[in-house]
Amino acid sequence: MKNSAKRWGALGERWLLLSAVVLVIITVAIILFIAQRGLATFFVHKVSPLEFFFSTLWRPDRTAAEGGPRLGIASFIVGSVLVTGLAVLMAAPLSILTAFFIVEIAPGIGRRLIQPAVEILAGIPSVVYGWVGLSLLVPFLRSRFGGTGFSVLAGALVLSVMITPTIVSVACEAIRSFPREGKEAALALGSTRWQTLRWVVFPAVLPGLITAVILGMARAFGEALAVQMVIGNTHTLPRSLLDQTITLTSGITLDMGYTIMGTAWNSALWTMALVLLLMSLAFILISRAVTRRGVLK
Amino acid sequence: MNQKTADKLATVVFWAAGVFILGILAVILGYILYRGMRYLTPAFVFGRSRAVRAGGGIGLQIFDTFYLLVLTMLFTIPLGVGAAVYLAEYARPGRLLEIIRISTETLASVPSIVAGLFGLLVFVNLTGWGYSLLGGALVLTVLNLPVMVRVSEDALRAIPPALREASLGLGATQWQTVWHVVLPAALPGIATGAIIAAGRVLGEAAALLYTAGQSVGALDFTNFNLLSPRCPFNPFRPGETLAVHIWKVNSEGRLPDLTKVADGTAAALLLIVLLFNLVVRALIKRQQYRHEGLR
Repeated sequence: MKNSAKRWGALGERWLLLSAVVLVIITVAIILFIAQRGLATFFVHKVSPLEFFFSTLWRPDRTAAEGGPRLGIASFIVGSVLVTGLAVLMAAPLSILTAFFIVEIAPGIGRRLIQPAVEILAGIPSVVYGWVGLSLLVPFLRSRFGGTGFSVLAGALVLSVMITPTIVSVACEAIRSFPREGKEAALALGSTRWQTLRWVVFPAVLPGLITAVILGMARAFGEALAVQMVIGNTHTLPRSLLDQTITLTSGITLDMGYTIMGTAWNSALWTMALVLLLMSLAFILISRAVTRRGVLK
Repeated sequence: MNQKTADKLATVVFWAAGVFILGILAVILGYILYRGMRYLTPAFVFGRSRAVRAGGGIGLQIFDTFYLLVLTMLFTIPLGVGAAVYLAEYARPGRLLEIIRISTETLASVPSIVAGLFGLLVFVNLTGWGYSLLGGALVLTVLNLPVMVRVSEDALRAIPPALREASLGLGATQWQTVWHVVLPAALPGIATGAIIAAGRVLGEAAALLYTAGQSVGALDFTNFNLLSPRCPFNPFRPGETLAVHIWKVNSEGRLPDLTKVADGTAAALLLIVLLFNLVVRALIKRQQYRHEGLR
């Protein structure tokens, strides 16, 4: 009896340790596998990194007779950065205002109405956002500004709605963590609510707000399908917000299905995935650094 | 400017932001439901999809969505809870704990398309399974684990230490304490975490395109041979969820009634997601109620 209890315990504890180790193994495996495929572009296909990252010439299917494939992903990178940056510019102010509204201005309505609304927005699948963008936003932009409607602006608008819930919920947590005594002290000194929020609460929770924005940015940078559906996917640098372009994620989504493993074209897609992975790691590191600095202060 | 006026102006701006968010949600929900609800007839909801002709339905996609959800949770729950128990009950501060924490955080930041590509390499090519529901479920497990671990760990840490001390004091081993005392007490919280993770399966598409595939095949619901490609429960067959279906009909663009199919599928998917959301909220509310009752 006692022995069997011991055996079950040993077995159970092995399960726990194994689960934790699997978590580590998966993470390491993702990085190694993607890196191995992604680096093949430079080491096997001998594409110069300089050309790869800074050239906009994307002719992956050019035959050897014409001089071989040209793989420059600058337009993908510019597209991703541009769409993400614009989306954050639009979403961040709105989200931070909303977070203050939920926590400080109208806690009743905030908790009962706005917060559930934000949670529902967070739960809407990205393809549904993409479909709304494609069937509502793109035709609207087309009729309003001409052109095709597929554009940097459409991608940024769709993304800004998608990352708003992320920024709002992380920002809410940051604002909630501010001690009540601090606010009460400011109010007792005769500050208005706005002065208290602006000069006492805001500076104190700023690192938390920055973290929120970075997490939103990471989500926008990695989002694939919703952007791919509305951005037009042309391999050119956009000259205006109404031009079409392409992003890293939409390029991978489009071409991965019909390129053959091991070819230079396919290899370039894996390198783009590696760039995405490294970028999201960088976002995490930055947000950690910001949080740590906030704590030290 | 007068400070009182500034204060009033700021209040107006904060209110405007809150109302604006509500407006966005109302427009999106209203648009999808208004456009799609009229197509949700029994023939569409239970019918089979078609590749090039009009009049297809989404019955098999609905089945695949839920079947994939069940498969995913079969892996996510034991692994996620196991890792969470290890972190909350066993791990001592040190290098291993630090490594596990960093891994979880890193994994949480992996974009879903990148996880999908990892799945393509490992669960599609390396295993030789080709596109399969099982491969899709494993990739979704990779994406869901960080959430599952975090929520379960929170639930475990919320259990008062006195409960553990009482059990240990009576002579129970640490494993007996975990299994018979701590886990049952944390179960409501863990269940909530599992449902949150499950909800993400419903909407995920990018990770599934190149792992579970983009087709359902000719399924036969009277076929129970688990190894037959026509058996709906065969985990090694390719599958297509509702979310993937919306993307596929748009990217292929071959259906004459594309708009109708996409509208209907989007509405169906949205209704399922909203229902899930309601269940999660009800569960969390019940839990809070129980917590406050204990105090």
